[in-house]
Amino acid sequence: MSPLRQRLRRSPLLQLWLARFRELYRDPSAIFWIYGFPILMVVALGIAFRSQPVETIRVDVIAHADAAETARLLGRRSDAHLRLQVAVHPAELARRRLRTGKTDLVIELSRAGSGGGALRYRFSFDESRPEGRLARAAVNDRLQAASGRRDTAQVLPDRRTTESGGRYIDFLVPGLLGMSLMGGGMWGVGYVIVDMRIRKLLRRFLATPMRRRHFLSAIMLSRLVFMLPEILVLLLFAYFAFGVVIYGSLLTVTGLILLGAFTFAGIGLLVASRARTIEAVSGLLNLVMMPMWILSGIFFSWERFPEAFHPVIQALPLTALNDALRAAMLEGASTGALLLPVAILAAWGSVSFALALRFFRWS
Amino acid sequence: MDTLAIRCTGLEVRYPGRPPVVAVRGLDLAVRQGECFGLLGPNGAGKTSTIEVLEGLLAPTAGAVEVLGLGWSRDATRIRERIGISLQETKLPEKLTVLETLILFRSFYRGGIEPEQAMQRVSLEEKSGAWVGKLSGGQRQRLAVACALVGDPELLFLDEPTTGLDPQARRQLWEIIRGFREQGRTVLLTTHYMDEAERLCDRVAVVDRGQVIASGSPRDLIGGLGCDHVIEFSLGAGANGVPSLAQLGALPSARSAREEEPGRFSLAVGELHLALPALLAQLREAACELESLSTRPATLEDVFVKLTGRHLRDDEARSA
Ligand SMILES: Nc1ncnc2c1ncn2[C@@H]1O[C@H](COP(=O)(O)OP(=O)(O)OP(=O)(O)O)[C@@H](O)[C@H]1O
Ligand SMILES: [Mg+2]
Repeated sequence: MSPLRQRLRRSPLLQLWLARFRELYRDPSAIFWIYGFPILMVVALGIAFRSQPVETIRVDVIAHADAAETARLLGRRSDAHLRLQVAVHPAELARRRLRTGKTDLVIELSRAGSGGGALRYRFSFDESRPEGRLARAAVNDRLQAASGRRDTAQVLPDRRTTESGGRYIDFLVPGLLGMSLMGGGMWGVGYVIVDMRIRKLLRRFLATPMRRRHFLSAIMLSRLVFMLPEILVLLLFAYFAFGVVIYGSLLTVTGLILLGAFTFAGIGLLVASRARTIEAVSGLLNLVMMPMWILSGIFFSWERFPEAFHPVIQALPLTALNDALRAAMLEGASTGALLLPVAILAAWGSVSFALALRFFRWS
Repeated sequence: MDTLAIRCTGLEVRYPGRPPVVAVRGLDLAVRQGECFGLLGPNGAGKTSTIEVLEGLLAPTAGAVEVLGLGWSRDATRIRERIGISLQETKLPEKLTVLETLILFRSFYRGGIEPEQAMQRVSLEEKSGAWVGKLSGGQRQRLAVACALVGDPELLFLDEPTTGLDPQARRQLWEIIRGFREQGRTVLLTTHYMDEAERLCDRVAVVDRGQVIASGSPRDLIGGLGCDHVIEFSLGAGANGVPSLAQLGALPSARSAREEEPGRFSLAVGELHLALPALLAQLREAACELESLSTRPATLEDVFVKLTGRHLRDDEARSA
């Protein structure tokens, strides 16, 4: 045997890492859970949240002598980016449809005076839904224009941001990337550790002179390697399906992805450092990830939360990762601008690793 | 050769809980270098708890432990370099091959033998490329022992290495253990098979309820019974005039008599040629129908029964 092979054989870090790697690629079902599942989720979310060029607004007109005329009026003029879908329904049904979200706006017609006066409109909609507010504005606009309103301000034809970089999907992809780095890192590490603990494999390792730090490092390193295909597929899918491109430096983005994987592997290690059952570790992982799913700006910017929460939200590792990924991917932010989120991520990762090393339960 | 490989005194292990379980209560042990020492005891006796303290995996509630002249609190890594262990239950990674598993374990030790050599010692060369998950129970157990051997230890701890194996697989393991001991190295193993302890161990400690109730070489322990043979017989149902235990115990050279279950007796005797004719004569006199009768040499099982009034394993009482 060559001296190099002999040396590689004697490296505990490499052998531990190889063991993890072999266990993974020899287990097709694990491959599905690690790769297939997150990718499927990204595909589903990507399709659900892709930007729709033509918005359809549903409007119900309550049955009335003039209802048919109003519906005709609203449906007549069509706009490239807004389509009204108008239906006439009895009052009761229309209101129920509004309550259950089947229509965005209900129009109630009446005549001024004792029936002979001008036609009047009353809008009902759910103010908390953007579709409701949009429907009200659009319908109001058309009715005003139809009854003779003149727009006097001179507005040139719109210039719309449909080129990549400014769309919702461009905002979404870095968020999904962050989310899958978090989920993959925490589950990938947490599950494996608890499984080894249940099988008493950790105890068996403890009985050898193996260095604990080698073991924990190998687990974290294996995460860094496993997530590469996952991230690659996600980015390629986003590129080919939605034309999402990376504006910033590829090197910076890669660095951020690696740092994110390291950070969440470290947190996963800490979460799993004492759990004795799969149920316990699942609960803990969900408990840790849930606030970040909600707060860290995966689907919408975290700046929408009240300002008082901002410092806390910004200190969360997923917020830092998402912000940094967005800045690097969409704006091509320089390394200097990324200093704060990078520092936050590195701090979470290394403190978690150190704590895990300290409190780890081997049996 | 009178240095001790393991010395432990006043060992106590208490598992917290409601109520707390005292698994080991004041156990003393002295294992000499170069011997094969067996901890023999029934389920729950505290064998695993004891051996895990000695392996440095469990902190004792009280007591002093010295392994190879070193203490766990100060020299843990040095001890670990010099011992090899096999736990009562470890599920090694199923998707690694035999050789890969051994290479992994070898990488943890500074010194040791080649993984291929360890594989050879336990005769698993043919399975070198097979996944651990595809091995039979006996092969898995041999692999566990190979993992213990790969660091070239001076002291080997084996917790129930042969439990659940068929007789052939057990004999294979015994050969491996004997081979190790013949290199002048020390083995501490636990078992609840008395034949294993008798054939394999130089000395045994009989453990019950967390304490050593007897220790010495198997031959001395059996000799200490004062009876070399056991007569076991059963009488037909509905027999009248069945002899009392006192009557049986008074037969020539009889040491003790027990009724294992209604109608089934065992009689420990010093000399078969005196006791057996007398027993038969008595049964004829009482007109008892004899269903079966057998004799066997006394074993460690009888030592345990004499000391505790119970059998080592529940099934042995019935199958004997
Ligand atoms: N982790 C634990 N927590 C609480 N009680 C325990 C624990 N481990 C063992 N015990 C108890 O301690 C006692 C001794 O257990 P131990 O495993 O040492 O016995 P053993 O002699 O190895 O038995 P066996 O032959 O079944 O392996 C038992 O009553 C057991 O129930
Ligand atoms: Mg045990």
